[in-house]
Amino acid sequence: MSTTRRSMSGNYAIAYAVKMADVDVIAAYPITPQTTIVEKLSEYVANGELDADYINVESEHSAMSACVGASLTGARVFTATSSQGLAFMHEVLFMASALRTPMVMANVNRALSAPLNIWNDHSDAMAERDSGWIQLWASSAQDALDLTIMAFKIGESERLPVMVNLDGFILSHTYEPIDLPNAEEVRKYIPSRPLTNRLSPKTAFSIGVVGPPEYYYEMKYQAVDAIEKSRSKIKDVYAEYEKIFGRGYRDVESYGIEDAEIALVTMGAMTGSARIVSEEMRAAGVKAGVISIRTFRPFPSEELLDLASGLKGIGIMDRATTPGGPSNPLFTDIASCLYGSSRVPLQGFVAGLGGRDITLDDFRMMFRETDRASKEGRGRSPIYVGLRE
Amino acid sequence: MKCARPKLKGWKEIPEGGTIVEPGSSIQFDVSAWRVSRPVIDQAKCTKCGLCWIYCPDSAIEFKDGKYEPNMLYCKGCGICQKACAPKAIIMFKEGKK
Repeated sequence: MSTTRRSMSGNYAIAYAVKMADVDVIAAYPITPQTTIVEKLSEYVANGELDADYINVESEHSAMSACVGASLTGARVFTATSSQGLAFMHEVLFMASALRTPMVMANVNRALSAPLNIWNDHSDAMAERDSGWIQLWASSAQDALDLTIMAFKIGESERLPVMVNLDGFILSHTYEPIDLPNAEEVRKYIPSRPLTNRLSPKTAFSIGVVGPPEYYYEMKYQAVDAIEKSRSKIKDVYAEYEKIFGRGYRDVESYGIEDAEIALVTMGAMTGSARIVSEEMRAAGVKAGVISIRTFRPFPSEELLDLASGLKGIGIMDRATTPGGPSNPLFTDIASCLYGSSRVPLQGFVAGLGGRDITLDDFRMMFRETDRASKEGRGRSPIYVGLRE
Repeated sequence: MKCARPKLKGWKEIPEGGTIVEPGSSIQFDVSAWRVSRPVIDQAKCTKCGLCWIYCPDSAIEFKDGKYEPNMLYCKGCGICQKACAPKAIIMFKEGKK
């Protein structure tokens, strides 16, 4: 398996993956910190390196609408956005999943206004967790590239849209050494989109029709069933990708979990820092591990239950909030998946909002608090790490 | 008039994404419950001019065996046929009353 190692930012890694996927249509609107993805793609198209229709639209709402239309014709489709842009796509996201239009979208995670903030947190993606999209989360620029390639395989096979999330600036703009897979191997892996129902002058059908009370429920359930069924395909794709390209992915990535007593659950780029501190904790005699959520939708409930069975305390890191909710988004999901099966104490944390650094010291504190929760047999209300009073 | 109501399809039977793959499917859609009033045609007064058939926005008036009759599966009871009827052969009756 021949690879080339290059220094690339997360955004350029994604643009490169999209070029290798030989997409047919790109419809996007620039927004920080996503812009350099579609900027690079427009360059590829203008240079003739990528034979795709690049649709310049006037908004993200139109970008997503154009993607839905393009996907209905059977095209391989890509778009990218962040924060306000994703929020502006909101209503069309639900149509993309329910109309079963496969496409890949890179969402470069950025805080939602107000106050206006261009830096990283997970509030944008968390607000779309009920939209019926598959959500994959990258912890490095290499992940972002690999997940983008796999996202085409998964989405087009399951006829579902896939969102690849990567942390704004931390992953999108930081240069990392990237192992680029061989372009021909990628073409063989995802040759072209499998033929499904497609709009054409010869095969007319009506799509996006009214679903009255007699039918809406059944149609909605189709989308519920589709993402449920995608679980096994996602696992297969991860396994197949490892076989061909040598890098393995799991729905839940665990680190030092085999003999761990406590673990911290993370998503995205913060995983690296958590792992470093977990080793430090081990050296200090605390058996700590790290669990990171790779496939956030469909939620890896079974895998988490398995991991939780061996633990005495779990800390859950949310990089987003649910104001007025019972807890914050990731905590709520995990608590609900463990309910009735596991009584392991859970301690919630909120950190890193609006681009605030999550320092190694913050992680030390979070591991200590998780350890405390395990000893006390219960967690306390969520801890807002580093919040000034 | 007795109407045959088609069986509603289950989620496994509906084409993926709610796509309508065959044209003319609105014929399967029963709107009779929308109706508050129903048109009754007095066949003795009817001159067979066909204005009701022309004006019905839901194509619910059918011409069968030399007579115009509303198909009550598709009639929403809008009353346009009554307004259009030149010989005033159509009377709207409140549903539930004789």
